[in-house]
Amino acid sequence: MSVALESQIGTAWKKPPFIKSRALRIGILVTVVLYVFLATIGTKGLANYLEYLGVVGDGFKFGTIDRYFTGIDVNWSRIQRGLARGQEFVGGFLSPDFTSRWDHIVQGMYESVVMTVGSTVVGIGVSIPIALGAARNIAPLPVYLICRFIITISRALNELIVAIILVAILGFGPLAGFITLSFATIGFLAKLLAEEIEDMNKVQAEAVQSTGATWLQRINFGVQPQVMPRLIGLSMYRLDINFRESAVLGLVGAGGIGATLNTAFDRYEFDTVAAILLIIIATVMVLEYLSGLIRTRIK
Amino acid sequence: MLQLNGLTKVYNTGDKALSDVTLTIPDGQVVALIGPSGAGKSTLIRSVNRLVEPTSGSAVLDDVNITALGAGALRKQRRNMGMIFQEYALVERLTVMENVLSGRLGYVGFWRSFLRKFPQSDVDEAYRLLDRVGLLAMADKRADELSGGQRQRVGICRALIQNPSLLLVDEPTASLDPKTSRQIMRLICELCSERGLAAIINIHDVALAQMFVERVIGLELGKVVFDGGPGDLTAEVLTQIYGAEDWEATIEKVEDDDEDAV
Repeated sequence: MSVALESQIGTAWKKPPFIKSRALRIGILVTVVLYVFLATIGTKGLANYLEYLGVVGDGFKFGTIDRYFTGIDVNWSRIQRGLARGQEFVGGFLSPDFTSRWDHIVQGMYESVVMTVGSTVVGIGVSIPIALGAARNIAPLPVYLICRFIITISRALNELIVAIILVAILGFGPLAGFITLSFATIGFLAKLLAEEIEDMNKVQAEAVQSTGATWLQRINFGVQPQVMPRLIGLSMYRLDINFRESAVLGLVGAGGIGATLNTAFDRYEFDTVAAILLIIIATVMVLEYLSGLIRTRIK
Repeated sequence: MLQLNGLTKVYNTGDKALSDVTLTIPDGQVVALIGPSGAGKSTLIRSVNRLVEPTSGSAVLDDVNITALGAGALRKQRRNMGMIFQEYALVERLTVMENVLSGRLGYVGFWRSFLRKFPQSDVDEAYRLLDRVGLLAMADKRADELSGGQRQRVGICRALIQNPSLLLVDEPTASLDPKTSRQIMRLICELCSERGLAAIINIHDVALAQMFVERVIGLELGKVVFDGGPGDLTAEVLTQIYGAEDWEATIEKVEDDDEDAV
């Protein structure tokens, strides 16, 4: 037995810690716990509690840190009032009313479907060339930077913000929603597709390239077959997301079933709200089932 | 004829993969390129068709200096160099036929290839080649349904349908069992002599190389350290290329006994 081995035999083995310095490990833990405590309970909550215990006098203040760590306020009387409204809401679910606003619901659904399908198809169409440009292994650097920039912009701007801006420009209605969702699809699909292209098997594309193929032929023969299942899966997923988003965008005036939902909320017609939400849930479930079906078929 | 003049490749990392390689490979000659992992074998053949851009030196195929070509001319010149890969490098989700026809991409316009409307002469040639390697019945199967040996035969068809004058072969047998390895090597060498093709074959298996080729080039740290017939590979030579080991068993003549297949 070697000396090195002998000295190791009989000693306990422990997994090496991820953060080597013990002081840093404990420091990070304490900081996180302290921050979460101060940020939620806050100095106000702490002072109230200390007051209650009689440790400190009335009107105790922590000084300047009070301003940053007031904590999350809980307004109990407001919650009590709200619970009654919540009850009414849940009651609406027990007796959803599909009939009295049925025409509005159909109109809203019709708009939502147009928005969803239209924006998904347009979004995918625009995303594919951008994804090709945003994949470092097949695009030159300037193109790559431009395409990545477009993707970043699309991802940085949340759908709601874009929709609010577009409603201001284009007016109420599904046009704003359609453009918003097309734009949002780019950030999602182009990014994930570009990553899939970057992760592809390089040699397969190289083999196509070595035959003297042009760039487009290389994409068509060497890249497309490799990423196609993922593209179809992502597209189905995005269709699903776009439908759900179309329900939200209506709240800021961008048309669709969301607009119908918003109107129902404004009129306190919770039974109609329940009916609309049930329709949305059912549609999402059907879409989910379909996309799952398609994704398992394509390998 | 392929001439390499002082071909050198230094990677961005500073690794010198090839240093001043000068070689001449006459028409129709099949050469085995041996050497340890990292000796620069793959870099050498990829420098010829410029999948890897050589740092300096030149590669001249049939009086065309490949190293100096612009993008369009390089594409045209690549048609003359068929490449066969270690892990077959078939596009797995395409059919066998599409994989073979992809060898014609350098000759066919984008829309024809996009719509898979290749000229009838190309389709006929693809059928002929598939029949030659015994895979005619597999034409419409997807490439990932094939076994390793079958895939490599499709890879060979893809390279040959280019109608090249040179084959660049990168570890064709590295992922195959010993018997299939021999069959593939025999097939490549037979096809080369049938068509008068020159070939550079990167290969790890020294005994296999000795069995099939007429010339062996040994590469070590990017330099040519041996160039001679398969019979000249002595224990000293192998020690020089790979480092000290007991080489007697490797050099021992291996009987070429399986005459059945291919």
